[in-house]
Amino acid sequence: ALTTGPAFADEMAEGKWGEYQVGDKRSGYTYAGPETRAMQDDEFQNPAMLWLDTGMSEWENAAGDAGKACADCHGDAEESMAGVATKYPVYSEETGKMMNLEQRINFCRTENMQAEPYKWESDELLGMTAYVKNQSKGMPVDVSIDGPAKEFWEKGKEFYETRRGQLDLACTHCHVDNAGNLIRAETLSQGQGNGFPLYRLKWQKVGSLHRRFRGCNNNIRAEKLPYGSDEYTNLELYVTWRGNGLPIETPAVRK
Amino acid sequence: GLALTAPAQAADLVDYKVVDDWTIPESLTGQPGDPVNGKVVAIDRKLGNCLSCHKMPIPEEQFHGETGPSLWGVGNRYEPEHLRLRIVDSKVINPETMMPAFYRVEGLHMVKDGFEDQPILTAQQVEDVVAYLMTLTEEEPQTN
Ligand code: HEC
Ligand code: HEC
Ligand code: HEC
Repeated sequence: ALTTGPAFADEMAEGKWGEYQVGDKRSGYTYAGPETRAMQDDEFQNPAMLWLDTGMSEWENAAGDAGKACADCHGDAEESMAGVATKYPVYSEETGKMMNLEQRINFCRTENMQAEPYKWESDELLGMTAYVKNQSKGMPVDVSIDGPAKEFWEKGKEFYETRRGQLDLACTHCHVDNAGNLIRAETLSQGQGNGFPLYRLKWQKVGSLHRRFRGCNNNIRAEKLPYGSDEYTNLELYVTWRGNGLPIETPAVRK
Repeated sequence: GLALTAPAQAADLVDYKVVDDWTIPESLTGQPGDPVNGKVVAIDRKLGNCLSCHKMPIPEEQFHGETGPSLWGVGNRYEPEHLRLRIVDSKVINPETMMPAFYRVEGLHMVKDGFEDQPILTAQQVEDVVAYLMTLTEEEPQTN
């Protein structure tokens, strides 16, 4: 049911964020305005649902020289993909580095389907990622930084804490030191990743976590790194780990 | 006091002297600042963008940030030489600060193409902002 109106507002004011807060970790949802939250909560209003539909139909679509669809190997996504996204990014033996969900999907495209990888930020890749992640909706994020993942986590942490750009700011200045404070018209959140890919009103479409990283880098006049770069994938590991315990919210809606 | 010359700058930034890690006594340009232009520079999102972090006595602009202290009455609390260093490079005073150095180009990391070796403000814009801040003598009205 759609929970809006004064009662909801009171609950919010008292800081009871329900499942959207775990200890001192808070989803971006808890910093968003009531209209944005309502749009996310209502399946019929949430514009990201269009991308989920794309993902759902791609799931059944045979492609590539192997002539297979995702469904041929993984069956019903609601069963086979439940809980999968809570672990991503994961260390991949095959590549010797971290692999996020987009990269895992494209790995199946190229290795298991002999198909072209989906392009970053295409409706297909965003839709498929959102569709797979949505099968874990409500489940707690649970990435591991043990074993081989540790060194990549350290790199991501260093990126997170390093000042960059002409404005000379690190992620920490905005998302650790100032969560809850206004920066001009925007309320800074903790910069959590649990809602991605998400629909952003400013973008008028769904976008990936790496797109958000590029935006934050650009705003401080820092170099934007390529989608899927090792740096951003390691950063994604760190950012996702910070949110361990928060429920997966894909597809979220943000301003 | 201890006088230090700023480290060599890559771009053609003017030399200035920092005294006691606390002030820059002399105007960067030798010219007085223009407070009217200083206000424009402080508001402009591509220049000072001070409102992103500070509340200021500029009611005609919506949405004042709150990651830094309010600048109401700042002209009572400081002299121009203090404000000049804070705008040129407030990290001399507090290396941990969130506030960008507006007139420094060295020591930055991964700066976006087209912005390398360029300070955020010109020397005269720094002077203009200092002159504008000195006009901010009204204290913030108390709201209850
Ligand atoms: C100058 C301030 C600033 C810096 C520095 C900054 N961000 Fe952001 N970031 C924002 C603002 C503003 C938003 C939009 C409001 C919000 O969710 O915080 C945002 C949003 C985000 C979000 C989306 C959160 C959500 O729930 O939708 C993520 C993730 C994020 N930032 C990560 C980062 C990372 C990683 C870095 C460093 C590489 C970084 N940010 C640096 C200001 C900043
Ligand atoms: C020819 C078989 C095949 C096809 C087609 C295929 N996959 Fe896979 N997929 C695998 C195998 C094998 C694995 C690795 C074993 C495992 O973890 O299930 C895997 C793993 C995955 C994983 C990671 C599971 C985990 O627990 O970490 C995801 C996500 C995934 N595939 C998504 C897709 C998507 C989306 C498509 C279609 C675009 C697809 N796969 C097509 C065989 C296939
Ligand atoms: C990204 C955030 C940010 C921006 C942009 C910013 N500041 Fe600041 N400013 C701060 C913070 C935080 C402090 C608190 C002092 C510290 O951190 O050492 C501060 C302190 C100050 C102070 C000292 C105030 C006091 O009462 O002690 C002045 C003056 C000042 N800023 C002026 C400016 C001006 C003028 C601009 C624009 C040209 C500006 N700031 C832009 C974050 C910012």
